[in-house]
Amino acid sequence: MPARLKAVSVRLAQAVPVIFGVIVISFLLTRALPGDPAVQFAGPAATAESIEEVRRALGLDKSLPEQFLLYLGQLARGDLGQSVSTGQPVLSELAARLPASLELTLFALILSCAVAIPLGVLAATRPGSLVDQLCRILVTAGVSLPTFFTGVVLIYVFYYLLGIAPSPLGRLDFIYLDPPHVTGFFLIDAALDGDAETWFAALKQLILPGLTLALFTLAPIARMTRAAMLSALSADYIRTARAAGLDRNKILYGYAFRNALLPVVTTLGMVFSFTLGANVLVEKVFAWPGIGSYAVEALVVSDYAAVQGFVLAMALLFVLLNLVIDLAYSAIDPRFGTSAR
Amino acid sequence: MLSVKDFQVAFKTRKGEVNAVKGISFELARGERLGIVGESGSGKSVTSYALMRILDANGRIKAGDAVYSGIDLRRAAERDMRDLRGREISMIFQNPRAALNPIRKVGHQIEDVLRQHARATRQDARKKAIEALEAVKIHDAEARYDAYPFELSGGMCQRVVCAIALACDPKLMIMDEPTTGLDITTQKAVMDLVDGLVKARGMSSILITHDLGLASEYCDRIVVMKDGRIVEEGAPTALLGTPQHAYTRKLVDATPRRGVAIRQLLPAEDRRPLAPHEIKDTPLIEVKDLIKTYQGKSGPVQAVKGISFTIREGQSVGLVGESGCGKSTTSSMLVRLFDPTSGQILFRGADLAQMPAADFARSPLRGKIQMVFQDATDSLNPRHTARQSIAEPLKRMTDLRGAAQAARVEELASLTGLPAHLLDRFPHQLSGGQKARVGIARAIATDPDFLILDEPTAALDVSIQAVVLNLLADLRARLGMSYLFVSHDLNVVRLLCDHVIVMKGGEIVDSGPVEQVMDAPAHPYTRELLSAAPQAPIPAPAA
Repeated sequence: MPARLKAVSVRLAQAVPVIFGVIVISFLLTRALPGDPAVQFAGPAATAESIEEVRRALGLDKSLPEQFLLYLGQLARGDLGQSVSTGQPVLSELAARLPASLELTLFALILSCAVAIPLGVLAATRPGSLVDQLCRILVTAGVSLPTFFTGVVLIYVFYYLLGIAPSPLGRLDFIYLDPPHVTGFFLIDAALDGDAETWFAALKQLILPGLTLALFTLAPIARMTRAAMLSALSADYIRTARAAGLDRNKILYGYAFRNALLPVVTTLGMVFSFTLGANVLVEKVFAWPGIGSYAVEALVVSDYAAVQGFVLAMALLFVLLNLVIDLAYSAIDPRFGTSAR
Repeated sequence: MLSVKDFQVAFKTRKGEVNAVKGISFELARGERLGIVGESGSGKSVTSYALMRILDANGRIKAGDAVYSGIDLRRAAERDMRDLRGREISMIFQNPRAALNPIRKVGHQIEDVLRQHARATRQDARKKAIEALEAVKIHDAEARYDAYPFELSGGMCQRVVCAIALACDPKLMIMDEPTTGLDITTQKAVMDLVDGLVKARGMSSILITHDLGLASEYCDRIVVMKDGRIVEEGAPTALLGTPQHAYTRKLVDATPRRGVAIRQLLPAEDRRPLAPHEIKDTPLIEVKDLIKTYQGKSGPVQAVKGISFTIREGQSVGLVGESGCGKSTTSSMLVRLFDPTSGQILFRGADLAQMPAADFARSPLRGKIQMVFQDATDSLNPRHTARQSIAEPLKRMTDLRGAAQAARVEELASLTGLPAHLLDRFPHQLSGGQKARVGIARAIATDPDFLILDEPTAALDVSIQAVVLNLLADLRARLGMSYLFVSHDLNVVRLLCDHVIVMKGGEIVDSGPVEQVMDAPAHPYTRELLSAAPQAPIPAPAA
């Protein structure tokens, strides 16, 4: 156990320079973007003086190192600055939007794991069977259909044609009030509040975008589960277990599946991180008030503080995610943190 | 107890059905120890998997009968077979570390079997698992219960595999190459242990092996298999003393043992006289106080503790010892892949240890010191043809280009006995012996003076091993090379080497001319190694 603990704290310590690097790069990159935010925010009718005034107000008249030091100082106080386009503090906007993105991504991932992992296991235990073919079709469809396309098709079928889905406009239909803020996850907050009606309404809104993302993430998870299961099932220790007369379920789930989980967890981490970044398209299609759409909007108008805040939030999230994956690893694999791994 | 009749096993492959076992019959009496001997591809392992009905999904028993104590093993329901496995018939495997679930405590793996066969309840499973570990003489079984396979040595893992196999008191034990990959002393310890338990419990056993010596030591009767058929069977002494079948004869001849010369491993018609190799008095390699220290978890670990020896021009030196004795580290330093921590490696008087291993690749001496690797398959690039593999060192270290290079490759192929039409094949299209030839041709491409042979025949069948050893002996005489032959098989070292060095725990414990060290071993450790090697009761052939 101490070996694992040490390995985990080493990972955490390794994250510090990474985060600092992210801060520097996001700062420099936003400045390197074409377009002058002062001109942008001064408006079309601005004179040279008013642009200068805006520039001073934004602190952009100072030299880059000076700006960077000021930015670091702000960060140290936990202040991510103010978004120029919305006038809101970046921190509070991220805090409001991040749970929306996380709720969507997590919901989609749980959905896709619930389908992909059993599907991969079944396909691996019956190679060449109908289930295996189905798995192959789903995987191919999942990777080849872009999310904005699946999203629009789902809206067309379930909202427009069948009318069973609510209008794809955000996290909650306008006739409902947001549940009291606890975690920011509507499903959890509504459940805590005991408000079944709002809970169902939030779930309804979540299903279509969740499905869209789930279909996209299904492919890598199902494929990796199948491959990992196949390689685990052909391992020598499975032969030993069979020769010892262990029953099929014990061999499949007790021996093969636990070993196959290792690569699956790795894939899950990768899928989670790219989904979090890539779900901006889904957020746009479903008018989902997440951080992806926030970041894109901020980027378009060179809203430095908002973009930097977004990048930093993502970096922190990734560090956290990697830590969770390492913890999951150490729970599954006793070799974690030792020289054998 | 077990009666097998006209047994056939077939596999469905992309190229159609392949018959692995083509109708074999044998009987096994209660308490009898049967050996199945054969080279790779003979169908000996497949037979045992088929009897246990644990063939891969594409394999099936095609015809014949196998009856175990009145139970029809071919037609029994899967449920009944499951009941039988582990409780009546158990099996242990080669490569014990891989045969254990890497992420489950060994104690739990034993409990799984006990619980499966209702030999233990939730309450007493732990106690019984520890008893099973004690039965295979694992020290401190209580603590080992919580160990994972990666924390145990190979020999210890094999004991755990035995504990799993023996936990439910089976009547028949099938051992599939149980000691492949284990050291010679560990091999003896494991085999003695299992054999003792088999005898003490009145069990029967089937030992599947390619090693005639091992089979004759631990079996009452041996059947010899070739290409899915039994070619001969009999008691060990009779079978090995007067083999009737030509294949058995070849196998017996090829088995390295005391009192034979290297040529006598080959079939009688191939025994051309061996040209003598000349040993000069000038030293080629002088190793002085060589030390290698690794940074281990709990402080520095000294893998090689200041060893010194000399290899003269033309001399072949055997380096033997168990795994972990430092022989691989030593050979890696000599071939200049590792940097020694301190000490000298003098090659014709020039100290190679001065040059970092990373720079040695560009040294003109690189071509003079070459290596033949243990695994002929893994040491060849799977995407390079034999021709490309052999040409690789020529491209890097010589000026030969174009036609001259092609001619050299063909010369090397003919030197190593590789037919020219095989040069354009990829490794997977070559047999084990052919791949070994490619590896040797590559090593001698740059005309080296010193060749390090790292167990070059460990993965080969005995008849192929005999051919490769003879090839190495021929090349040595023809090209005047010196060898450092790293091996754990003393019988093989005796055949090829003039001088032998015995290492243990990073130190040289014994060394001297082969005849002296091996025929009249002075050091107790050398004696232990020699007595651990199974000796096939084969009468020395008339010269």
